[in-house]
Amino acid sequence: MSVARFWRKIPQRYNLIGTRCTTCGRYFFPPRSFCPECRRAGKIVDHQFAGNGKIVTFTVIRTASEQFEQLTPYVFAIIELDEGPRISAQIVCSPDDARIGMRVKPVFRRIAADGESGVIYYGTKYAPAE
Amino acid sequence: MRDVAVIGAGCTTFGEKWDTSFRNLFVEAGALALEDAGLAGEQIDALYVGNMSAGRFIEQEHIGALIADYAGLASHHVPATRVEAACASGGLSFRQAVIAVASGLEDIVVAAGVEKMTDVGTGASVDALAGAADREWEGFAGATFPGLYAMIARDYMHRYPLTREQLALVAVKNHYNGARNPIAQFQQEISLETVLKSSLVADPLRLFDCSPITDGAAAVVVAPLDRAREFTDTPIRVLASAQASDTITLHDRRDISTLDATVAAGQRAFRMAGLSPSDIDMVEVHDCFTIAEICAIEDLGFCRKGEAGRITEEGVTALNGDLPVNTSGGLKACGHPVGATGIKQVYEITQQLRGEAGRRQITGAQIGMTHNVGGTGATVAVHILGV
Repeated sequence: MSVARFWRKIPQRYNLIGTRCTTCGRYFFPPRSFCPECRRAGKIVDHQFAGNGKIVTFTVIRTASEQFEQLTPYVFAIIELDEGPRISAQIVCSPDDARIGMRVKPVFRRIAADGESGVIYYGTKYAPAE
Repeated sequence: MRDVAVIGAGCTTFGEKWDTSFRNLFVEAGALALEDAGLAGEQIDALYVGNMSAGRFIEQEHIGALIADYAGLASHHVPATRVEAACASGGLSFRQAVIAVASGLEDIVVAAGVEKMTDVGTGASVDALAGAADREWEGFAGATFPGLYAMIARDYMHRYPLTREQLALVAVKNHYNGARNPIAQFQQEISLETVLKSSLVADPLRLFDCSPITDGAAAVVVAPLDRAREFTDTPIRVLASAQASDTITLHDRRDISTLDATVAAGQRAFRMAGLSPSDIDMVEVHDCFTIAEICAIEDLGFCRKGEAGRITEEGVTALNGDLPVNTSGGLKACGHPVGATGIKQVYEITQQLRGEAGRRQITGAQIGMTHNVGGTGATVAVHILGV
């Protein structure tokens, strides 16, 4: 990974601003500028997600890529936000505590770094909200 | 559209091939396929090569020209095209060759696949493979490929009756078949305990639920059916070639445990061939993880959702069962050089249909299917072959 590849000014890395189609009411995260349902009839506006949701499915990753080796074992999940969209993220909890249906909330965390003294990437992880 | 046939097939042995290079792997497979078809290199009209990530694994791009050159075809200026769709690169390479011949544009076309994965360490290869998923919205957050399939397994086991033992039996069966395949990376049978006691990679998947990191190459030659007998006494007909796509991320799928692209490609293939699942004598499915074989059997229509674990346990998918699945040993035991896998599947079905599959031969095999998946199901290629 490199700075250019994970350019740090992508706003959605740090906040949950997605979009909503006012024609059909669907929410999108990451943002889509074209509604797959309404296509050209869709009207897209920004939407700030509250970020709360629940775990749809999860795993405990024990063999990771070099960037994430230090974190193993870590809980990784698909989360369904209350507005509908699903995202993939790490869950900040013990592997024994994660379960399907668990309520979670977003937390701002360090995600990875370019080696020991390289650039640090930040982003959203999730924590239990129960 | 013209009918198309496979007139030659070749495959290297699969494994950790420290002593050979990417280009030599391809040349070996290509030479075997040409020899099988009784062809000389200059008779080739076009060349397609499936390759996922030479840029990451050996820091080489421009693969089409490279392999045409080292196949000795530079002075013939053969059109050579790299096809990429992650782990489905091989299946799409074959489909491109079939389309080229079916259209009438080309006559003799080589479809190959190659991957050299062991020139980087495990961490680097795990990272390269994660590029088959959504780098920005899955990989960046820490997803690994086993992790994504583990989330499919967790969802599946939460909703359907699949036991941990049934899942492990997929690996046991595929190793049994691999032990009968001279090109397989792992030619050893394994016990249920071996799978269940292997280390966790991404819960609930263990090491023996996962396909390995592999070097290898495979190549087949296709031609118009009406010219096939110029080259071989046993042409294998391409009865259907289908492809489908779906969301790149797993989390955006309609259903985590159903690969809708498999469903779509399977239905298109059956429609094109005018066949149904009960007509298929054996199938090579994309078992990059044990759970992937479970989903594939169901999504292709061989049984209802939730039944694949039971029919695996009952031996239906075994070498001597009603529907042998992954007679080659699958990705699990034969190995998974990602770009080569889709072509190796065609190679295996070709061998079976010619009656040349040795100790793993399915008696009287007439029709076989291949199923090749890219990523967690964002691309699927399905082919039906028959004698």
